[in-house]
Amino acid sequence: MTSETASVAPARSGFRIDFHIWGPVIALIALVALGAFLNPNFLSYGNVTNVLARSAFIGIIAVGMTFVITSGGLDLSVGSMAAFIAGVMILIMNALVPSMGVGWGVILVGMAAALVVGVAAGLVNGLLITQARIEAFIVTLGTMGIFRSLITWLADGGTLSLDFAVREVYRPVYYGGILGVAWPIIVFALVAIVGEIIMRKTPFGRHCAAIGSNEQVARYSAVHVDRVRLMAYVLLGILVGVATIMYVPRLGSASSSTGVLWELEAIAAVIIGGTVLKGGFGRVWGTVVGVLILSLIGNILNLANLVSPYLNGAIQGVIIILAVVLQRQRKAER
Amino acid sequence: MKLTALAGALALGVAFANPLHAQDAESAVIGVSIPAATHGWAGGMNFHAQATIAALEERYENLDFVLSTASDPGQQVSDIEDMMATRNIDALVVLPFESEPLTGPVARVKEAGKWVTVVDRGLSQENIEDLYVAGDNPGFGRVAGEFFKERLPDGGNIIVLRGIPTTIDNERVAAFEAAIEGSGIEIVGMEHGNWNRDDAFEVTQDLLSRNSDVVAVWASDDDMAVGAIEAINQAGREGEMWVLGGAGMKEMIQRVMDGDEMVPANVTYPPAMIGTAIELTALNFVGNAPVSGEFIIGSVLITGDNAEQYYYPDSPF
Repeated sequence: MTSETASVAPARSGFRIDFHIWGPVIALIALVALGAFLNPNFLSYGNVTNVLARSAFIGIIAVGMTFVITSGGLDLSVGSMAAFIAGVMILIMNALVPSMGVGWGVILVGMAAALVVGVAAGLVNGLLITQARIEAFIVTLGTMGIFRSLITWLADGGTLSLDFAVREVYRPVYYGGILGVAWPIIVFALVAIVGEIIMRKTPFGRHCAAIGSNEQVARYSAVHVDRVRLMAYVLLGILVGVATIMYVPRLGSASSSTGVLWELEAIAAVIIGGTVLKGGFGRVWGTVVGVLILSLIGNILNLANLVSPYLNGAIQGVIIILAVVLQRQRKAER
Repeated sequence: MKLTALAGALALGVAFANPLHAQDAESAVIGVSIPAATHGWAGGMNFHAQATIAALEERYENLDFVLSTASDPGQQVSDIEDMMATRNIDALVVLPFESEPLTGPVARVKEAGKWVTVVDRGLSQENIEDLYVAGDNPGFGRVAGEFFKERLPDGGNIIVLRGIPTTIDNERVAAFEAAIEGSGIEIVGMEHGNWNRDDAFEVTQDLLSRNSDVVAVWASDDDMAVGAIEAINQAGREGEMWVLGGAGMKEMIQRVMDGDEMVPANVTYPPAMIGTAIELTALNFVGNAPVSGEFIIGSVLITGDNAEQYYYPDSPF
């Protein structure tokens, strides 16, 4: 933001790629090329579907996280929140089976419950942050522990399993699809497109960026700062609910190990995608690219046997840092 | 038995509830420190710890129990220090989160003259504990490996899901590999599924994409088996392969009992071993039978023939 040693830039003339914009995309293309080179099955329909569908949970959450981070906030509770919502959903659906019978009725109630709990959880985070004026980091660190304990308690330390018959009806929501495209991929794509439009074209998106960039200025510019920030957390809560709706039919269970570290993966995806961690600038399409990069790394390592599996985390870390370094270098030069 | 008279007087009040053991009542406090229920097996272990404590408190009026669950080694050390400082425990039953960080604190409990029972994960120094109760990790791997050898006499390609990188996992896998050596069974893919359903699901998907001729999966844990089975179903290859889990989750035992083709067997690694440890520790305070030493609970192959006796419908695991 500060300027500037203008003498550096002209020295390198000619064609230059703006890494700040294209860095993540280049990284994604490089990963796809590497994967295709290492294993012929990489680009097969089955593998592409697997990777995209498993990206959907983190992806849907990360789109919401983009708004929260753009507005200068942070939410560490989403992984625990997803586990908690999954648990509540399963309990409600199991409880309704005797009275409503097995069918889409029960599942629709379960889905509605997921969204309601998501909104409520987002409201709790948002109100504590905007009304009680506690830092987002602390509030969501607290709710992270609370949701995680609640799911452990609900499951009695074990695993909550969805009624078998209901699960058979619900299963296609993860495994089925239209024209060969699985539902989680479709929902992820819709969420991403709508998110991109909201971020770019609506007052809400611009207000998020304004608040993240400078809260005081935004306030003086008649932006309802608290309301916009609250809405960002509620939006994230809803999207966690949507992600959970797609997650539950996959394995039909929830336990205390559900959604562990999802929050960090979502945050990492947002930052890899070019959103600024301190807020003020966000882009949803970048987040989508970030999510895909993260899940491709794991997929390629599993497909290729390149390094000891003990080192998977290290490779992931290096690529996350590299992706961000590529973007920031250009910025520092400016 | 200096306190006999006093205890006898106290016992009058509760004599109706428990006439049997009330009189030989030198009271003792037993601290139990275990990892929190972070995955299915640990959830079962927590269940059995609570169930055993409830039963023992009912049975022996003079025993008191303090149970704490920790979600990391640091917290477990604090828990044990708190038990020593504020609850004045006479014995400690501990399932260490990790061996190294817990060795010092548990040794200090022993130095203070308390009874120490270590469960499942051994400490890194020998001769600290009075009693060691554990599952048989090499046996777990060996029994699984022998089952593979028996089911696949002509060999074949298999994939292996490993747990969280720990000594336990290393011992199991090493014994498994030793058991299948020379049998023609080849491990064409081996990755960590971290004893987690979601991780196992994704790892299995990827390993199946990589290898088209897999005949079986050693999931090495029932949570991972759930994920692996779902991934196999999704790939539409459910007729081609079977899955061996482990630890005896009730849903898996159910499938073995039902003769499910995909889940032909299971290998025990009972989370109820924490109950064994607590019971034996309690015996030290209520009876004269010697209970110090080592108590290794073997890993047994569960098939359709004996599945019924390993089925605990009430346990969460």
